[in-house]
Amino acid sequence: MAQTLLRPAQNGVMLKRRNGMALNRFSQGLFALLGLLVVYVLASAFWQNPGLFVQQVLNGLQLGFIYALIALGYTMIYGIVKLINFAHGDVFMVGAFTSFYAVATLDLHRWPAWIFPGIAEGLMMLVGTVTVILLSMLISAVLAMVMERFAYRPLRNKPRIAALITAIGVSFFIEYFGALPFVYTNNYITYPRPFEVSVYSAGMISPWIISVVWVLFTVSVVVFSWLTWLSRKGNSRSRFHVQAQTWKRHPLLQFGLLFFGFMAVVLTLTGARIETRGRVWDLSASSVTLVIMGASIVLQVILQYIVSRTRLGKAMRAAAYDKGVARLMGINVDGVITLTFALGGGLAGAAGVLYATAFRQVHHLMGLIPGLKAFVAAVVGGIGSIPGAFVGSLIMGQTEVMAAAYISTPMRDAVAFSLLIIVLLVWPQGIFGEPPAEKV
Amino acid sequence: MRSRMFLMLALVVSMLVLSACGGGRGGTIKIAILAPLSGDVATFGESTRDGILLAIEEWNEKGGVNGNKIEYVIADSQCNAEAAVSAANKVIDQDGVKFIIGEVCSSASIPVSEIATAKQIFQISPTSTNPAVTVGEQGTKPTVFRACFIDPFQGKVAAKFALDNLGAQTAAVFLDQGNDYVRGLAEVFIAEFEAGGGRVVVRETYTGEDRDFSAIVTKAKDANPDVLYLPDYYSTVNLIAAQAKERGVTAALLGGDGWDSADLDREALDGGFFTNHFSDQDTRPIVQDFVSKYAAKFGSPPDALAALAYDAANILFQGMDKANSTDPVVVAKTVASGTFDVVSGRITYDANHNPVKAAVILQVKDGAVNYIDTVSP
Repeated sequence: MAQTLLRPAQNGVMLKRRNGMALNRFSQGLFALLGLLVVYVLASAFWQNPGLFVQQVLNGLQLGFIYALIALGYTMIYGIVKLINFAHGDVFMVGAFTSFYAVATLDLHRWPAWIFPGIAEGLMMLVGTVTVILLSMLISAVLAMVMERFAYRPLRNKPRIAALITAIGVSFFIEYFGALPFVYTNNYITYPRPFEVSVYSAGMISPWIISVVWVLFTVSVVVFSWLTWLSRKGNSRSRFHVQAQTWKRHPLLQFGLLFFGFMAVVLTLTGARIETRGRVWDLSASSVTLVIMGASIVLQVILQYIVSRTRLGKAMRAAAYDKGVARLMGINVDGVITLTFALGGGLAGAAGVLYATAFRQVHHLMGLIPGLKAFVAAVVGGIGSIPGAFVGSLIMGQTEVMAAAYISTPMRDAVAFSLLIIVLLVWPQGIFGEPPAEKV
Repeated sequence: MRSRMFLMLALVVSMLVLSACGGGRGGTIKIAILAPLSGDVATFGESTRDGILLAIEEWNEKGGVNGNKIEYVIADSQCNAEAAVSAANKVIDQDGVKFIIGEVCSSASIPVSEIATAKQIFQISPTSTNPAVTVGEQGTKPTVFRACFIDPFQGKVAAKFALDNLGAQTAAVFLDQGNDYVRGLAEVFIAEFEAGGGRVVVRETYTGEDRDFSAIVTKAKDANPDVLYLPDYYSTVNLIAAQAKERGVTAALLGGDGWDSADLDREALDGGFFTNHFSDQDTRPIVQDFVSKYAAKFGSPPDALAALAYDAANILFQGMDKANSTDPVVVAKTVASGTFDVVSGRITYDANHNPVKAAVILQVKDGAVNYIDTVSP
């Protein structure tokens, strides 16, 4: 896992079990049959009602992007301290509540209007919402740092199980401290959104915007392919080659690929009107879905940038690889770990705001289930790997929504957690994970 | 030893004679109020108590029941079985009470109803909806009643309202399979709606922990039903309604008394209808009289719990008045066969001692909850 953080972009998909052992014939057949069944069910669902199916995929994307933000925190902390921070879901809850108070009590989402009374509504909403998210991220980051300092650091050199149990304790503490009548109470509270929600369907987004997004996406793809081609060509020691490889992984390029790619597809689908057998299905996406997608990709790219391009990121990778040696090299390992918790906490806080905005409710136990799901997503993607957390979360979101739509809603959690078991059986290291490094 | 036995016997006899004397004109009649006055549903208990106290005050001003002034004892039964049993035993054995109004919660009313049946004490619960409160293993409990309708009844009323008033032909129903209240309402709604010629096109279940309803809401949008029935509590309904609205579901929303909360998301549920026991906007004089008296005495408008408690007390006193007796068994027989005009409508009792009465339909509109109609079963 340490190596994954070390070389975030060089992970190939691993299809073998960790020790090269293949599954026995019987299990192989069983999994193949299961896979075929899933494909059959989904294909027939698509065939029967393509509009409904694509809309469900969009629903799954929204869920997946929220899980991605939580899963990134799990995976980063695991990558460095080898601790599964079960209190991560509660940092998420605190983030949601912070934004609740910021919006409901302080009216912070309207602050630009206090200073510039004549400001345009749209601009005010944008600036205000970003402020609310940033505040929640800050408070959540501070909480995560405090948690690390007082609960995990004293146990750093103790057996790992001690820290794990402490994490569960911290989680319960935050949850039930939040339930106290003078904290958050144990009521289900309706969450006031910091921005107005509109639903986009056919004809509501101008074709110009959609074409611009497609053009930007195409440019990103062309640049990426060109750099890939350059880095493959010719002498591997040449200057061009090395530079091309560096540029290929530039955060801006990643942003272009991910952000414009997803946006182009979703916006185009939003404008789609599917007609089958006399029925018309208008696909739609709400602005919440777009905000969640956008914010999630931006934060993910910023995180990639920090990990791969900054001194802090270098220190983090070094600490992940070997704490002792990193310390000898003059790296303040404790400080790096604290900052890792802060980064993870901040992402969880942002996820909390987005989740509350999507589902319009805050409650002191709201972090429990999303936290567990995101943990599963991180394991599916390969815990310790940042792209893995992202991909795992999208898979998780789709699995859940498809299970709810085409099996039955009460089965969604069963299916989601079965996914964990299946992945652990077939690829114990997860999709993007690598076998643990041999350390002598 | 013998003299002591004699003394005790004399004491018991004198107590019996004394309590029998209470039955005559010009005496007093003692009733007990069992309500949760502490714990997490303390506000339910307070409303209940206040509703009963108002009824007692009114009857005493009129000169009491058959000339007997009403006295009361209040016991905190905490909405749980143990506390309710000890409270019931205390008021029956120590205070010599033969008429109990309470408890609020079904889980506490059921054990009390067993004591009441065994000791032939009259009991009327204002708000316990579980069928087992009035019906036990040996059939209907002869002296136990309730003032509220039971859960399945609301499903029936909602189905009738959807078919007749909204003209609905298709319906979608979402239900929490693990919640008896929700399932009770939903199953009866489905049966009645289909019996009335409607078609239930989507029937989806979820669990109490679900927060993301996008998948089933999208299915409901695809089926495009006329009504969407959501018989859950406000905390879940808020979520489903908001997600349905965002995904373009245009069906009329319909629900049960679980929606009756200050925390209902009135923006998301705008235009939705729900069945309830009582509305303070009902124009019948008895309702307006109760609402103004209650507000004058306690400083706040009555909620459904206060109204049902007031009704329970009135049913008991009217029953005593008609029976002209203070024998619980005689009063119970009168109540079972009588008709009572009370705040929540005209009540008669069926064979299971459940009231047969109309439900009110309320609509959430522009941030307020408005009275729409009264629907009889």
